[in-house]
Amino acid sequence: MLTKHLVILPLLIPMLAALLQLLPWGENPQRYRRAIGMTSCSLLIVVAVALIQQSSAGPLVYALGSWEAPYGIVLVADGLSSLMVLLTSILALPVLWYACYGEDNLGSHFQALFQFQLLGILGAFLTGDLFNLFVFFEILLISSYALLMHGGGKQKLRACLHYVLLNLTGSAIFLISLGVLYGITGTLNMADLAVKISALTGDDASIARAGGLLLLIVFALKAALLPLYFWLPQAYAMTTGTVAALFAIMTKVGIYAIIRVFTLIFGDDSGAAALLGYDWLWWLGLGTLAIGGIGVMGSRDLRLVISYLVVISVGTMLTTFSMNTERSITAVMYYMLHSTLITAALFLIVDVVAKQRGKTASRIVKGRKMAQHATLGIMFFVAAIAIIGMPPFSGFIGKLFILEAARTGAQVALLWPLVLGSTFLVMVSLSRAGSRMFWHTFEGKPGDVTNPPSQLVAIGLLLAAIVALTLFANSISGFIEGIAYDVMHPSTYIEAVLGGSQPYE
Amino acid sequence: MEALYAITVGMLTACSIYLILRGRSFPIVIGITMLSYAVNLFLFSTGRLVLNQLPIIGNQESYTDPLPQALVLTAIVIGFAMTAYSIILAVRVRGELGTDEVNDPSPVDDEGQR
Repeated sequence: MLTKHLVILPLLIPMLAALLQLLPWGENPQRYRRAIGMTSCSLLIVVAVALIQQSSAGPLVYALGSWEAPYGIVLVADGLSSLMVLLTSILALPVLWYACYGEDNLGSHFQALFQFQLLGILGAFLTGDLFNLFVFFEILLISSYALLMHGGGKQKLRACLHYVLLNLTGSAIFLISLGVLYGITGTLNMADLAVKISALTGDDASIARAGGLLLLIVFALKAALLPLYFWLPQAYAMTTGTVAALFAIMTKVGIYAIIRVFTLIFGDDSGAAALLGYDWLWWLGLGTLAIGGIGVMGSRDLRLVISYLVVISVGTMLTTFSMNTERSITAVMYYMLHSTLITAALFLIVDVVAKQRGKTASRIVKGRKMAQHATLGIMFFVAAIAIIGMPPFSGFIGKLFILEAARTGAQVALLWPLVLGSTFLVMVSLSRAGSRMFWHTFEGKPGDVTNPPSQLVAIGLLLAAIVALTLFANSISGFIEGIAYDVMHPSTYIEAVLGGSQPYE
Repeated sequence: MEALYAITVGMLTACSIYLILRGRSFPIVIGITMLSYAVNLFLFSTGRLVLNQLPIIGNQESYTDPLPQALVLTAIVIGFAMTAYSIILAVRVRGELGTDEVNDPSPVDDEGQR
């Protein structure tokens, strides 16, 4: 009974939690809301592990209301979706833990918005229907609009306005592309679209290609690919550390959507619409890498540096993805696990650093000693090594996978210098920041602002996940290779969705 | 009918893009609202334009596609919420920053001063 409904649990848990959190809880509501939020996030991890186990035998298909595909909306948990659900839940728990020590009091309803945000993200990962994907995008966007403003402040306002207006336009383009695809194929189910689009010829195929490229624009805006990334650095740098840490998964939603749609619907076997947009992704991805590297060097604020690190990781992943081999998709997924967790950890570390440094905050200038100087220094050092991609941490392994994925001469000639060059720029920038902020401090008494040890434990959890990702790199990459095989051969997915799903009691 | 419909959608989209590209928040919000109208009309037409038919199969010889109507309804609801939020946000920006320019008119180096 429960295993049959396992696929919808990642949506029900955060939704019910958010609704419960919205109830009036009397004098001291935050205590109850925190308990509900933490319970929800812990449950999500359990469910996500169960999903990974169950979906290894084949994609789980859940027809909502027993309306079978392609007529009804289905939720599909295949390897890729389950992995993303697991990543989200592993990220959410430490971030929420960190937020529970006062961060959530800066604005109203942080806890409920956090759960709604999770609902939108997990829904986007699990849905098997393009219009449903739009709906879940809107759920995650409207919570992110509110979360971005969490804590208030003038600087946030303008960044938030840019973010909202851009995403509203993006949503309109999303709807146009859905209309185009529906008008040509008469379906919005992703598996059914894959079948219908591969059968198109002539003018119809051209219109479907136009629809597909419009989708790419929308996903690229979410993922922050080159011409559409300008909103990201300001928005991430201006918002509070917790929200930025949670948003580490947001660009990955765009990347997931690109991987899902452009392997399933516009993949190798899609007839006239095959391999749509891959060359765009290759060149724009390389451009994003270069711009990210320049941004990292040019930033004088550590938050901004980390925001540009997000841009670099997006460029790395999409370039690698566009090489379109099993090896490259394995590399993308491993790097995605690594970069999501490490960027979140860095955002939280910088949040603590900024708070403890007082007036100089996160600007890369000489400042006074922090109260928990040594602990923070070690954490920053570990996180910086991991994100730069130096051995021994998972960043090194991830970059190795990516460099190995480049096969042809042209790929090697372009990808290697850019990946290694940006790695070098990141190393220079982070060592400059680290030495200014941790070593060249003013003499005298350290600041008296301390953070509760539990907050540091929360960051430690994220770093522990990075260490685990390094230690078990072999078995994890072996597992991911299986997922990459399924991603590259979508026929299992299509058969599972369209091949008559079982009715539910 | 198709040509008229297409011209209407096209005109609405063109005007909205012009408004969205302007530099102040109010025209942009109006532009986005107009864009959502254009998109809703466009979505509605994806089931093909049919006059005086029920969205029910089997009653009559021909029928109109019910799915785009459901999609438009969803899109209207979501678009309404988003528009409301963007208007509130634009008002807040006007109130707190004292200007409705979307880009900072006098870019000062305020990195890190939060």
